Amino acid sequence: MKKVINVPEQVVEEMLQGMVLAHSQYIKRIEGFDVLIRANKPEKGKVALVSGGGSGHEPSHAGFVGRGMLDGAIAGAVFTSPTPDQVYEAVKAVDNGKGVLLIIKNYSGDVMNFEMAIEMATADGITVDKVIVNDDVAVENSTWTIGRRGIAGTVLVHKITGAKAETGADLPEVKRVAEKVINNVRSMGMSLDSCTVPAAGKPSFVLAENEIEIGMGIHGEPGTHREVLRTADEITDHLVEKILADMALTSGQEVALLINGLGATPLMELYIVNRKVAAILKEKGIQIAKTYIGNYMTSLEMAGFSISILKLDSELKELLLAAADTPALVQF
Amino acid sequence: MGTYVYEVMANVGEAITRNKQMLTDLDAAIGDGDHGINMARGFEAVHSKMQAMEAEIDIGKVMKTVGMTLISSVGGAAGPLYGTAFLRAAGPSQQKTQVDVETAGLMLGAAITGIKERGKAIRGEKTMLDALEPAYDAFMEGAKDGKSLIACLEVACEAAQQGVEYTKTIVATKGRASYLGERSRGHQDPGATSSYIMLKALLEFLRR
Repeated sequence: MKKVINVPEQVVEEMLQGMVLAHSQYIKRIEGFDVLIRANKPEKGKVALVSGGGSGHEPSHAGFVGRGMLDGAIAGAVFTSPTPDQVYEAVKAVDNGKGVLLIIKNYSGDVMNFEMAIEMATADGITVDKVIVNDDVAVENSTWTIGRRGIAGTVLVHKITGAKAETGADLPEVKRVAEKVINNVRSMGMSLDSCTVPAAGKPSFVLAENEIEIGMGIHGEPGTHREVLRTADEITDHLVEKILADMALTSGQEVALLINGLGATPLMELYIVNRKVAAILKEKGIQIAKTYIGNYMTSLEMAGFSISILKLDSELKELLLAAADTPALVQF
Repeated sequence: MGTYVYEVMANVGEAITRNKQMLTDLDAAIGDGDHGINMARGFEAVHSKMQAMEAEIDIGKVMKTVGMTLISSVGGAAGPLYGTAFLRAAGPSQQKTQVDVETAGLMLGAAITGIKERGKAIRGEKTMLDALEPAYDAFMEGAKDGKSLIACLEVACEAAQQGVEYTKTIVATKGRASYLGERSRGHQDPGATSSYIMLKALLEFLRR
């Protein structure tokens, strides 16, 4: 294992310290907890948004704490859901009377830990609700699994729901918008190479020199299948085809795009992918209202990328284009 | 007797720590490769808490502390599941300073019910329940036959071990391995394995 770290047991702690120092105008830490909240609590009452998950997905989620997006984020151990007491602290800290919405990625552990935190906060009289993001089309959604995984599309849920919350809308309204995004966003990823969880000390999986994994999850969970490396255009074709097969998009439809790097993939390659995605969509008469490209939901140093497509209507488009000011996403 | 409960938990924790790598490797094959790391971190936290409770003789209180500690230190799915299990086991053992066959059966039963409720899972989905439920059935069978606590735990451990073997033959439908579908077949479930390790550590301690 070759990493710029001190000791594996301290990676989350030291990362959080560095993050707060770098972005003190945006975020501060709740003393004694792995919870980052806005440096300045919004003055006017708004529904507070909290997300979180295992660490190793930076800038998710704390990088999106700030005006127009999240109010708080909890950092679990690497690739491990945060514990209920941590989530509970975040909820207590950000609540300002209009209720709290938790944005959870669909993993058994995340859902259980966040649900336990909801039970704790509810017992305190705080109004808390949740939405569960499940945008990954790679994995089968059937009654026999716990449903699809939540991956990079979660960032678009943060962006749009955050903009809605900023308008002062009440909790049911904010939740409605979050669910609308979730129902309209689909993603799929692939991986060229593995990543190493610091505490594990060795790669989560091994791919042969010429091998790629299609449908890889953001924790190195195996995807749908392995195959021989093909060209960027061929891989992109396959991923977009799988995504579109699950969306009802007609000519003239507007979408938002997120070409997300998993950590070790250069922007050069992401742009090459984006070029192909745009061409496919253009051919189908689908218009791209906004493209995000870069590392938004990473998997440590994993090489690979994911594509997320969000079907927009006028409401979602307006909220997507609204201002946001956070460490990892700034738009005016 | 106080140190007794403390020692039992220390022994269970040591067994988990000893098998940290194996549990993590099992998880890497079909999950996200952190089960051993998370469980070891949890039981290290339990260990520190236990040192402060060395004189505690109320088994229920110890179970509750173990549960709360696992919930706040393990994370992932295993934290809420095992944490809930120990919290529930605290019920039947409340104000008890010794555990007989009947109480142990009640504790195990309550723990399993907690896991099922928290995880919304049933037996046969390639989870810890595939080790724990057969273990419970065997334990209760032994109890009905008037076996001793150690004898009941012996049959329970055997059943749990068979349950772990059984998880290799089935496809996961709960937990992160469920995303693999058919690809999860052939792999041993890490949660079932850690459950078996804990039961076995308990038995080994009582045998001494």
